[in-house]
Amino acid sequence: MTEALRVSNLHKSFGRLEVLHGVDLAVEQHEVIALIGSSGSGKSTLLRCIDLLEPIDAGLIEVFGQDITAPGVHPDRVRRRIGIVFQAFNLFPHMSVLDNVTLAPRKVLGTASAIAVEQADALLERFGLIEKRNDFPDRLSGGQQQRVAIVRALAMRPDLLLLDEITSALDPELVGEVLSLVRELAVAGMTMILATHEMGFAREVASRVGFLDGGRILEMSRPADLFGDPKEPRTQQFLARVTAAGRF
Amino acid sequence: MIGPGPGLVDPGSADRRRAASELPLPTPRRGVSREPTRAVWIAVLSTVVVFGALGMVVVNAPNWPLVQHDFFDGKEFGDALPGLVKGFWINVQAFLIAEVVILVLALVVAVLRNLPGPVFFPIRALVTIYVDVFRALPGLLVIYLLGFGMPGLRIPGVPTDPFLWGVIALVLVYSAYVSEVYRAGIESVHPSQEAAARSLGLSRLQALRYVVIPQAVRRVIPPLLNDFIGLQKDTVFVASLGVVEIFRTAQIKQAAHFNFTPYVATAVVFLLLTIPLARLTDWLVARDRRRGMGS
Repeated sequence: MTEALRVSNLHKSFGRLEVLHGVDLAVEQHEVIALIGSSGSGKSTLLRCIDLLEPIDAGLIEVFGQDITAPGVHPDRVRRRIGIVFQAFNLFPHMSVLDNVTLAPRKVLGTASAIAVEQADALLERFGLIEKRNDFPDRLSGGQQQRVAIVRALAMRPDLLLLDEITSALDPELVGEVLSLVRELAVAGMTMILATHEMGFAREVASRVGFLDGGRILEMSRPADLFGDPKEPRTQQFLARVTAAGRF
Repeated sequence: MIGPGPGLVDPGSADRRRAASELPLPTPRRGVSREPTRAVWIAVLSTVVVFGALGMVVVNAPNWPLVQHDFFDGKEFGDALPGLVKGFWINVQAFLIAEVVILVLALVVAVLRNLPGPVFFPIRALVTIYVDVFRALPGLLVIYLLGFGMPGLRIPGVPTDPFLWGVIALVLVYSAYVSEVYRAGIESVHPSQEAAARSLGLSRLQALRYVVIPQAVRRVIPPLLNDFIGLQKDTVFVASLGVVEIFRTAQIKQAAHFNFTPYVATAVVFLLLTIPLARLTDWLVARDRRRGMGS
């Protein structure tokens, strides 16, 4: 097994608010890790730190054995290997679906336009979006926009895909199409870390589930164990609240 | 100047919005009759009555013939117009050249002002000083300073053409304004857009070029056109350097016959240029609002 990601003793504060308080996380290649926890527990911040979108205060992040927090490591080069999809899609509104998907391969990897388009079309076809290739984002439903955002990240052929609460901004009836895409990626062996409130989905698709609380990963185990027999009282409380809210 | 946020746009109306944007000029608001003939006729009638009455009052005023002779003399108008139009060509050249340079220079200034990091502090400081100074100075003062001052140095190689210095002065003054318009546009693009671009591996500069600036420029076109309307009018200041453009031509005509009609004719020329541009600006604002480009 190859280790895709190792996070050691990661600290991150926003002003005086310490959001991450010594996070440790190791992810094997082809694993799907679900991060759960209440809002503000640091799930999104952790993902943003891994993609170097937030500078970290202390700790170590290694991606496939390379320390990406070392001085001299260029963040742009790291981000090429790591894809991230945001809660709010963040598609480029002034570009067609196709241009959204081909921009980074063309400008970052230097892929010839014709080839980038060919590859984008293949991805759009695979995920049922080919009819939307020439549309602008404002003509797509939320679910379609989020699927395009995932395809846009996939077009860079990332070694690691981070999904930051990608269904939280969607109407309930649109969640399914996005989750089934993620399911398909999991089956295909994509290494993924997803921050999510969809407990049922986390249970179904994740290899392991981590519970974030107080800026740490308090408990991490296989879904059946974490959901069926949580060890930590905080985890038990959280899952009880989620269950009571009917979010299971 | 910036469209409404996503919350103001009915998500289900995407198709309608797009369809509306392809129609010419303002489309009837929802709830307004699709056949506005009756409303149009009422508007026409009331306009004719009101303007007719105003016209009658003016024309029948006791001193109207005096005013008409000095300001609205048909013969003077006809005599002056060809010369004025010829002079106006100088103004057109001045603002066309200035506008092209301003579009580029102001964008460079705006981008330099947003450079991050301590290394670029001197550049940011320099650019900030430039913007502060040239927004503070009256345009006419800058035109005098450069237009009379620079040729007066008599340094070999320094151009002496007053037209050139007039245009340079306008460029310096208006680039300071327009750079602020660009900057507002750049800052109005949500940081998540840059984050999305950077997360794909684009460099800061690439994110700016392909993602942030194209969106910013779309949003600032209306205020930018507004500044250009101001610039086009201010081209008459180069007359003070002795350039015989439309305003100077009108002055000469006015002095020759002691009649103000050439000034009125000049006013008409500017109205004919500016009003369509102002309407275009309004239309662009309305279109962007319909498209919900503020997201």
